[in-house]
Amino acid sequence: MNAAVSPVLEARALSRRFGGYFAVAEMNLTVDKRSIHAVIGPNGAGKTTLFNLITGVLPPTMGDILVEGTQVAGSRPDRIARLGVVRTFQGVRLFPSMSALENVLVGRFCRTRGGYLAAFTRIPGKAGVTEAASRRRAEELLERVGLASRRHMRASELALADQRRLEIARALATDPQLLLLDEPVAGMNPVEVQEAGELFKSLRDEGITILLTEHHMSLVMAISDQITVMSYGRKIAEGTPEVIQRDPQVLAAYLGSEATS
Amino acid sequence: MLDPYIESILIFSGINVILALSLYLPVSAGLLSLGQGGFMAIGAYVSGYMTSVLGWPFAVALIAGGVSAGIVGLLVGLPSLRIKGVYLIIMTMGFGEIVRVFFLNFEPTGAASGMGGIPTETTLPIVVGVTVLVLLMCFQIRGSRIGRALEAVREDELAAEVIGINLTRIKVAIFGLGAAVAGIGGGLFAHYATFIDPGQFGFQRSAEIFIMVVLGGMGNFLGATVGALVVTILPEVLRVGDMQEWRMTFFGVLLVIIMIVRPMGLIGVRR
Repeated sequence: MNAAVSPVLEARALSRRFGGYFAVAEMNLTVDKRSIHAVIGPNGAGKTTLFNLITGVLPPTMGDILVEGTQVAGSRPDRIARLGVVRTFQGVRLFPSMSALENVLVGRFCRTRGGYLAAFTRIPGKAGVTEAASRRRAEELLERVGLASRRHMRASELALADQRRLEIARALATDPQLLLLDEPVAGMNPVEVQEAGELFKSLRDEGITILLTEHHMSLVMAISDQITVMSYGRKIAEGTPEVIQRDPQVLAAYLGSEATS
Repeated sequence: MLDPYIESILIFSGINVILALSLYLPVSAGLLSLGQGGFMAIGAYVSGYMTSVLGWPFAVALIAGGVSAGIVGLLVGLPSLRIKGVYLIIMTMGFGEIVRVFFLNFEPTGAASGMGGIPTETTLPIVVGVTVLVLLMCFQIRGSRIGRALEAVREDELAAEVIGINLTRIKVAIFGLGAAVAGIGGGLFAHYATFIDPGQFGFQRSAEIFIMVVLGGMGNFLGATVGALVVTILPEVLRVGDMQEWRMTFFGVLLVIIMIVRPMGLIGVRR
């Protein structure tokens, strides 16, 4: 990693309180451009809350979130998305009755123009310049995630692994700089996990930064450039996979302190 | 010449199709309204006042009525961002009631005694023309960039928002557009009835429009169209023999049967 690269995302003293409980407490996080950064931790550590804060789904109680230097703490999710930070959900949230292709096309919405007037004046059955470009892009993305042959299937009819792939394709359609993946391989078989890992690495190599949470440790260790470990809403360790695997605090958090003694 | 009875049924069918589509538009983004009668009233009174009192040409008055209803729709649409489902329905019901009571007390348009003397301008060709235009508009929205965004918002608001869709703009715009269409429907109604009073645009009217859309199917603009035709024509078809007083009861029974047999509406499918 080049030390001079600017961070695409920076969180400073980020906190979120639910009643008297801090789901995320005083988190500092720096995500470098063109890296795969994993956030790991036991269930309930605050990973998903952290994602909700970064993408504007929840406003933070305190702290700053900077996307390439722009303050976005408290901004609406659609503004954050237009700044290039787009996510997928742990529980997959597609538009179930729309086709795979349409799901990806909706992703192009925030990068294209054309309101009601454009809709009324289009020639039925013939795609305009923007629409044709969106379609080409959507087809490419479906090809990329391996869903080209299922593009006319309804999203709800796809297998879980395909739904996760489709959600990634939809996110990619928004031209993100930073892609947040919340447990992207949960429920996938080993072959599918392998393919997903290859996809994430190729995306990084094209310049898309990836921040992901995942319980699949061998995948995390294989593809991550940086790993942040959370426990009870706090950061307890950070570093490369090699460093994290040897960190006694991490082992304690995962296995209980007796395992390390 | 067309039989005047048949002609009146056809004109009301057209107006009802326009009104049903005025509700289908917000429904396509997941916004249910039981206040379309209120928007219809605004269009009817504004356009009726312009032609009968100010002497404006019908076409200009009709458009002005639609625009007025649309502007009010945008204002009412704003709170719809925070309110969902059943609560939105109740809010729109409240709005419809406010409009009715407003015209009930508004002296310049006749208050409770209604507004008469509106010229007969609405003819069958005009109704057919406007209906076709509104249908064409719905057809064009479907499958366009904006139409997909509307559908996405209906299917999963949060997922739509995190991929960059501004919920405020999408929802307020479609609510306003629906209101404008209802206003135009109201203008056509006023210039056919020639006499209007607030009671014609009350809850009963809003509920009727709601029934048309639910009956036809909420997933498709053709559903709203078929629903409007059934609700308009079926009671007339039942007007046979000596059973006149019972026809609305039969109509109610038929509605119940249709909803049991086809809970997703007559044209239930999305496409």
